[in-house]
Amino acid sequence: MPESKIRVLIAKPGLDGHDRGAKVVARILRDAGMEVIYTGLRQTAEMIVAAALQEDVDVIGLSILSGAHMTLFPRVLELAKEKGLGDVLYLVGGIIPDDDVPALKEMGITGFFGPGASAKEIAGFIKQHVERG
Amino acid sequence: MGLVDRLLSGDRRAAAQLVTLMEDGGPPAREAVAALYPHTGHAHIVGVTGSPGTGKSTLVYELAKEFRSRDKTVGIVAVDPTSPFSGGALLGDRIRMQKLSTDEGIFIRSMASRGQLGGLARATGDAIKVLDAFGRDIVMVETVGAGQSEVEIARAAHTVIVVDAPGLGDDIQAIKAGLFEIADIFVVNKADREGADRTLLTLRMMLDMGEGSRERGWRPPLVKTVALQGEGSALVADAVEQHLAHLKESGQLHIRSMRLAEEELRRILGQELLSRLLDEIREEQWEFLTKEVAERELDPYTAADNLLASFFQATAGVDERRGYES
Repeated sequence: MPESKIRVLIAKPGLDGHDRGAKVVARILRDAGMEVIYTGLRQTAEMIVAAALQEDVDVIGLSILSGAHMTLFPRVLELAKEKGLGDVLYLVGGIIPDDDVPALKEMGITGFFGPGASAKEIAGFIKQHVERG
Repeated sequence: MGLVDRLLSGDRRAAAQLVTLMEDGGPPAREAVAALYPHTGHAHIVGVTGSPGTGKSTLVYELAKEFRSRDKTVGIVAVDPTSPFSGGALLGDRIRMQKLSTDEGIFIRSMASRGQLGGLARATGDAIKVLDAFGRDIVMVETVGAGQSEVEIARAAHTVIVVDAPGLGDDIQAIKAGLFEIADIFVVNKADREGADRTLLTLRMMLDMGEGSRERGWRPPLVKTVALQGEGSALVADAVEQHLAHLKESGQLHIRSMRLAEEELRRILGQELLSRLLDEIREEQWEFLTKEVAERELDPYTAADNLLASFFQATAGVDERRGYES
């Protein structure tokens, strides 16, 4: 019985300890039929990329509230591309000022979901962008 | 270069992609198994099972660290349940192991059970083969939090660790049958909690009465741990190594390997037979017999006999050809 599932890594880079949003999103995606790997708090770029590689995920969701995204995200994306994970779909949740979005898009982040994003919106976006599953 | 060649040359991404291939199943997975199977059979496969909340993930993390300090490479397959309602899964075992994920000598993979009962996923056995062929010395398999009958791990591992903790119902309520019998090593985790000694004592009494231990000459050791503090994990690692030495010296390793192979062959044969049978059966016949059974015109055993008879009739000629072709 061949079966394929969308696999998503949800990670919180950096030092802020607020993972309620990340956990809510993880649950939303599970309820949308995806397999969600949650890595927990305080992840370095190296830990996130190593986990994404071993778990062979289609999507990496980064959650951040600390404002350090312009420091942390480039490192994650650079390392991920170095390891051959350039074709993964990158999403961001949390607080990202509009001014930073163009630069992050340039880096390879496709989806942005701030406060108020609906479950349907996030799951729909992933299903639309990930071919398999 | 194909995925299997890349795996054999030590490519971590290939290992990850092969596990996905195994999970997706079908002909590509079978071809990959055929290609990598000759390179398996070297890893010591260690199952870790026990009720939810006993601390399996934390123990696996501590054991992995311990084995790394003994210069062993480690693969980890951690199984969590799939939601029967959405088909999705939240895989959280990694949270406790993330600190190890950048160590090149460790490979951790989370798996969802995808509807399989028994504590493992359908593809867990094939994921173990991938990590075995990848050259891991030890492959640890953490089962879904198990109750009294999730004993599939005994059919996949050389050494089974059953983890218990104090305060779970009446002493060993959770592992009284099934799980108790498959343990090669007992760990009483959270041993700093009240009641740990009583849990230990109860387990010891059951062993004294001759319960447990699925082979002669091996009495499952009881090890107290506080996995969160890393206490006792070296003793568990010692016990794992002693068990392997025992299996080798007593000739049990060979017997156990034969048994694992037999179980796997039987399982695959069952799956294959069923899926081919369902492919062969005409829909009208299926519907007709289902209706007969539902309306009490026919009992289900006789209906199954009818289906089997027409399957073997239909495939009699085809099977001979297939045998020569492949």
